[in-house]
Amino acid sequence: MTAIVDYDAGNTRSVANALERLNAAHIITSEVELIMSADRLILPGVGHAADAMEKLESKKLIHVLKNYKKAFLGICLGMQLMFESSEEGDTECLGLLPGKVLRFRAENSEKVPHMGWNDVQAVVQNPLFGNYEQSQEYYFVHSYYAPTGNYTLASCSYITPFSAAVAKDNFFGVQFHPEKSGIAGQQILSNFLKIR
Amino acid sequence: MLKKRIIPCLDIKEGRTVKGTNFVNLRDAGDPVELAERYDHEGADELVFLDISATLENRNTLTELVKRVAKTVRIPFTVGGGISDENFVYELLQHGADKVCINSAALRNPDLINRIADRFGSQCLVVAIDARQSGNTWFVHTHGGTRPTDTVLFAWAKESQERGAGEILFTSMDHDGTKKGFALQALHALNQQLEIPVIASGGAGNTAHFVELFEQTGVSAALAASIFHYREIEIQDLKNILDSHKVPVRKL
Repeated sequence: MTAIVDYDAGNTRSVANALERLNAAHIITSEVELIMSADRLILPGVGHAADAMEKLESKKLIHVLKNYKKAFLGICLGMQLMFESSEEGDTECLGLLPGKVLRFRAENSEKVPHMGWNDVQAVVQNPLFGNYEQSQEYYFVHSYYAPTGNYTLASCSYITPFSAAVAKDNFFGVQFHPEKSGIAGQQILSNFLKIR
Repeated sequence: MLKKRIIPCLDIKEGRTVKGTNFVNLRDAGDPVELAERYDHEGADELVFLDISATLENRNTLTELVKRVAKTVRIPFTVGGGISDENFVYELLQHGADKVCINSAALRNPDLINRIADRFGSQCLVVAIDARQSGNTWFVHTHGGTRPTDTVLFAWAKESQERGAGEILFTSMDHDGTKKGFALQALHALNQQLEIPVIASGGAGNTAHFVELFEQTGVSAALAASIFHYREIEIQDLKNILDSHKVPVRKL
């Protein structure tokens, strides 16, 4: 059973639909007990970092997420919230990973948000990206990014190189939307479901 | 490298896909969910569904369609047609749409752009603009392109961006349905003036039109309908040709 954390800031329906296509049992919930009894959790996210942190706070989920012991996957804003802080609304985040999420500063003719399909290259062997030597394309929509660092599993480049996927212990995060990234995205979710 | 997006557009009327020439003479092109699934498998990068009947009674039909599409397709999709309030936007996003597209209602009530962007984020808001050239000026048209206004394309696109639009979908009414190519000059100018992505629409007739669009205008995406529905162009063939011209595209 996968708990999709519902905190009024995520595209929970899209993530649930993607799990349904994989025939994976799931529940959309903000209840601590249900989250704790599930085998893993997904923290989706669309919207504004400071607002999202406030919503997690009001649902009393911050402590639960910070101390989660099973497989954890943050998607898009959900991944950004895993860092110490974000420039978006200048907010403190969950602090599962070191560093700060920054805003893209457009150079030349580049558009912000970074929207569309882009190449992702895994940089270390890891359970999310099966065939890690070959780059794959995934769908991104974001104006803020996590710089690359020791925790980077896969990187992407737009204006600057940034973390497309991150991990530390049981905590995984992807900046792109696997639930919207065709077969390649489906494979990421399927790989996550196998992590124990 | 960020890929240029190829976006099939499905015009919906009473739950069926239709496509007209110059916004009239509708032809039936099948079940939208089946068509959407086909495009997902064939390598489309996104989909747009526009409800062209867009009456109040159709609100539930559109929500139902969104639900069915969201269960089936694995790529992002946008829904538009008759959206004039945030509650309907909420309903569509809740049922699995990734973005909404607004047109006439935004022109009538520009504040709607701010309200949707503030509540749901710019990333989910596409402002569609239909325009026709008169002399040297592009004038915006509303109501499926039937009603001319005094509003100028470039000024309106900029205002939409400032109010919080995430993307601009520009359809040249002069080119739509003609299959003679996109409005290259206007698209180039629009793309240069905006900081947000521009989606080009209207006029695609063959693969060369897409090549010249991406080589000459810098736009982020191209939208087309009938040429994909009737398989006049296969998406993979189009992408292979774009790739051979060094236009970055996603390949399956």
